Amino acid sequence: MSALAYDVDTIRKDFPIFLRRMSGDHQLAYLDSANTSQKPQQVVDAISSHYLEHNANVARAMHQLGAEASQAYEDARDTVATFIAAPSREEVVFTRNATEALNLVATVLGRAGHWRDGEHGVGPGDEILISEMEHHSNIVPWQLLCERTGATLRWFGLTDEGRLDLDDVDSLITERTKVVALTWVSNMLGTINPVADLARRAHEVGALMVVDASQAVPQLPVDVAALGADFVAFTGHKMVGPTGIGVLWGRYELLAELPPFLGGGEMIETVTMERSTYAAPPSRFEAGTPPIAQAVGLAAAADYLSGIGMAAVAAHEQRITAYALDQLGGVDGLRVVGPTESVDRGGAISFELAGIHPHDVAQVLDSRGVAVRAGHHCAKPAHQRFGVQSTTRASFYLYTTEQEVDALVEALDQARHYFKVV
Amino acid sequence: MNLDSLYQEIILDHYKNPHHRGLREPYEAQVHHVNPTCGDEITLRVHLEDGVVSDVSYDALGCSISQASASVMTDLVIGKPIHEAVVRHEQFLALMQGKGQVDPDEDILEDGVAFAGVAKFPARIKCALLGWMAWKDATAQAVLRGSNTDDTTVTDQTVTDPIVDGVKEDA
Repeated sequence: MSALAYDVDTIRKDFPIFLRRMSGDHQLAYLDSANTSQKPQQVVDAISSHYLEHNANVARAMHQLGAEASQAYEDARDTVATFIAAPSREEVVFTRNATEALNLVATVLGRAGHWRDGEHGVGPGDEILISEMEHHSNIVPWQLLCERTGATLRWFGLTDEGRLDLDDVDSLITERTKVVALTWVSNMLGTINPVADLARRAHEVGALMVVDASQAVPQLPVDVAALGADFVAFTGHKMVGPTGIGVLWGRYELLAELPPFLGGGEMIETVTMERSTYAAPPSRFEAGTPPIAQAVGLAAAADYLSGIGMAAVAAHEQRITAYALDQLGGVDGLRVVGPTESVDRGGAISFELAGIHPHDVAQVLDSRGVAVRAGHHCAKPAHQRFGVQSTTRASFYLYTTEQEVDALVEALDQARHYFKVV
Repeated sequence: MNLDSLYQEIILDHYKNPHHRGLREPYEAQVHHVNPTCGDEITLRVHLEDGVVSDVSYDALGCSISQASASVMTDLVIGKPIHEAVVRHEQFLALMQGKGQVDPDEDILEDGVAFAGVAKFPARIKCALLGWMAWKDATAQAVLRGSNTDDTTVTDQTVTDPIVDGVKEDA
């Protein structure tokens, strides 16, 4: 699809929520998609028809509905595998969200030392490398892993522009490095990191590369094989899909070598009172009744995005982000925290407005129908790095219009008047 | 939502010119409270003397509501007997949790009545309570500490009750 053919008005017709009038009869300007995206009718319909026409548990119900539900769940795995260009459908593990996917990796790597030949186990003397721009969900699981195993946590610092400081890369990625876990696109700064390059560096020293792609899969064309990572985590609800489902993609030979995460039904081969043996991936990592309807919804979301084309979605994201950076640059007292040019940059812009706390900014914006996020965006260390306690964040997606950005800029001016900082 | 019902002039005044700000000596207890959802934080000290809240000093980072609320709180509790301050805390809490249905008593809450509108903005209630919760925590610790070092004291239970449960009778 060419840039000219991208018709945001047509796309918006698929999202009934944009018809809502907000308090004070304001039109909704939803600029909080990095938090969660809105859902198109197609996704809601897919979930609804699953529940209303095909509902049953999967992989264990010996009846027609059970077969239909199982088929739908496994079809969803195929759809997601195709969407991220996974070499095999068996590499797609459904989780509750990206947080669970990252915790899954950190947990099983911590146990791997006592499992089979212990090849990928993390232990004392090993290092885990993350960065200062990670979401808490890609910090805390690794801190917990280090506490459990005696490994050491290290991290990339950030440049003043909000990019990874790669000056220290040679002293950070060493023979001791066991895991490199990085965000692909920062949820706070918007920075797009060179994860493919860093995956190569990680592999040179025998480390595993884990990518938090929560903000990347929704807005970039993704080919996990080309990326060269070992694990990629993302979530459904930020890519026009439902909440309650996330994905861990992992290289099959690696997944096959790793111990289970949670124990329960469906992840076993056989169980006796003394011990159990475990199913092959992906089932080994999907204990209990999985998020079936959510998988169906996620597949509908992937189909929806594929129908538009991820290259077109990415191009729109870049256009609207460039427009927003330009417009926000004209607001007095506004300072963007993160790259100010739309190069290697995703559609989230965090900023400070002099003299007004982000909560108060967001409150005034909300009174005008403009929905943004205010706070630390689950990235406290990144805020600390830039000497700010919190920021206001506007984030965009495939349905965002220039008019919505204009509404933001206008509401920011109103906030400055309201709090008398003009 | 009407912004003015949230941002009363009194609130903005306290925000611009907060009362009793800064950390001071002496104090018997210091606490650090954070609102984990937004990162607002306060470090607060309490100095008790003869059953009276002699000083409350604090250093805080946060939005207009949390800053103004801490400022108003210090006005309301400093110089008051602990049990009276506790009653004020209790009334403010009831106002915040009242979903906009509680009619505040201006004789007791004074400038605190300006926060009545906050109760209708669920996301901001925690902002308004940050300083109060820190004060309650610090005061409970100070009372406890005082009772532990004083031979003549009543048990922990009777001393902390007025703080924790807001029992209104004299301790």
